[in-house]
Amino acid sequence: MTLLSVRHVRKSFGAHVVLEDLTMSVEAGQCVVLIGPSGSGKSTILRCLNLLEQVDDGQIVLSGDDITDPRVNADAVRARIGMVFQAYNLFPHMSVLDNVTLAPRRVHGIPAAQAREKAMAMLERVGLADKARARPDDLSGGQQQRVAIARALVNGPELMLLDEVTSALDPELVGEVLDLLVELKSEGMTMVLNTHEMGFAREVADTVCFLHDGRVHESGAPAQVLGDPVQPRTREFLRRVHG
Amino acid sequence: MTTGDPSSTCGARVSAAGRGVGDPSVTTGDPSSTCGARVSAAGRGVGDPSVTTGTDTPDPDGRGGSVLRAGSRLAGPQGWAPSALERERAAYRKRRSVRSLTVSALSTAVVAAVLVVLVTSAPGWPAVRHAYFSWDKAVASFPAVLDGLWLNIRIMAVCGVIIAVLGLLIAVGRTLRGPVAFPVRVLCTGYVDLFRGLPLLLVLLLLGYGMPALRLTGVPNSPLFWGGMALVLSYSAYVAEVFRAGIESVHPSQRAAARSLGLTYGKTLRHVVLPQAVRRVVPPLMNDLVSLQKDSGLVSILGVVDAIRAAQIETAIDFNYTPYVVAGLLFICLTIPMARLTDWVARRQGFQGAGGHL
Repeated sequence: MTLLSVRHVRKSFGAHVVLEDLTMSVEAGQCVVLIGPSGSGKSTILRCLNLLEQVDDGQIVLSGDDITDPRVNADAVRARIGMVFQAYNLFPHMSVLDNVTLAPRRVHGIPAAQAREKAMAMLERVGLADKARARPDDLSGGQQQRVAIARALVNGPELMLLDEVTSALDPELVGEVLDLLVELKSEGMTMVLNTHEMGFAREVADTVCFLHDGRVHESGAPAQVLGDPVQPRTREFLRRVHG
Repeated sequence: MTTGDPSSTCGARVSAAGRGVGDPSVTTGDPSSTCGARVSAAGRGVGDPSVTTGTDTPDPDGRGGSVLRAGSRLAGPQGWAPSALERERAAYRKRRSVRSLTVSALSTAVVAAVLVVLVTSAPGWPAVRHAYFSWDKAVASFPAVLDGLWLNIRIMAVCGVIIAVLGLLIAVGRTLRGPVAFPVRVLCTGYVDLFRGLPLLLVLLLLGYGMPALRLTGVPNSPLFWGGMALVLSYSAYVAEVFRAGIESVHPSQRAAARSLGLTYGKTLRHVVLPQAVRRVVPPLMNDLVSLQKDSGLVSILGVVDAIRAAQIETAIDFNYTPYVVAGLLFICLTIPMARLTDWVARRQGFQGAGGHL
């Protein structure tokens, strides 16, 4: 079943066209990894998928609903999608627990006690139940990112969007976050993520999409796209990434 | 890894070497370090049973410490005694600070003495002292001035609360987005432009003398009410701008994170943006509160008997200005604790990474 379908999406910021004509689709339970040089529109498409940016043209269909329709309630759509950011973006004035319970309580209207229970279970799941009372600033980058993942997961999203979730982390902290994502994937979570970790892309992706100049230049199984790319631009990019 | 080498005679605390783990020449207690060598080691010595053995004898002569300075640097806080080098530096710093303290104390005393001599030997000094610093007059006027000050404090407290609420509402109004909020934005911007531009004194005169004179029904004609109203109108415009700066200082990624969770614009403002914004502007707001405390004295021009008006009445008896000095001192006594509190709040919120000792 196709969970997400992106059709001919265009997005520009002023005169700068970031997404030219982007088309891709994501099956339920699949993990799609976006790779490509910086400025190729990887982050922009994720922000468009979550309606944090409004597309100029094209369509995004989530579980049969055209979410680019202006009549759609954007808040309700976002509540169905989990998003994790490169810089974690935890709320610094709240405890870890309050970060995780905010959306269940204020968006989904779950009573405080029940939300706390759910949040604690989710923190347990990411291995940070003992940090529930801590402030985000007191945690390491890897721990903060795991809290951010818990904050997104606690709402039971249909789709997770992960924007360069390990690029701000020290190398030794990358593993704990990636392990969590591998686990999520094995549980059947549908994910769209972009990353510079080619090894991780190979491990977790069902489909790898190579983006260049706002288009999907090449997509397919990781072994094919990363191992034996057809397009010269993909080859060029991979050569640079692998040094 | 070895502990307590028998040849290191007095209570050597031998721990593992930060950099020299596994290096026998480093980890063994150097027999030549005769006394209290606190040879530390193994990173921070965590989980190293050898670290915990040995007594905590401080190093009396400093020779031991120099044996393995690199190691002791990395040792945990409990296992650290300053090396000879560090103690020498500390002694130097202390000499320096004693010297600069002496110099500053002496120079302050000299300047103060010169000022006192200059002022008191000036030809007009006895007249000045009589007019401004008459002890008897101060004692006589004190109760009335203090009574007036109590009114200032009440004005400050009541107006302060109203100003904070109104200022926050205006600031939020100015930051609302979308065409629906356009009239609100215009109204709030106009309000701020108007009352930040008008001199407070002018607003006081306009309202304090103007409104009661109209004798409108249902409109209070107490000068105190209109004086407070003028303070609220003027200050809320300033305070709104402080709040707005705070709101705009919250990084857009915070809004993005909140919206991505499905929070509406309003809930994002309420739960994510405003709590952070308000916390950030507490120090500048307290500065405005100190300012309000003083400006509460301006209502005296409307004939309200506050500290300043009370002092004025006292001076009118014999043209001795001491009551003004008394009122001034009382205001200072009010603002100083407030200023220290502001400093403390600002420091407590201070950003930890602000350069250490620099």
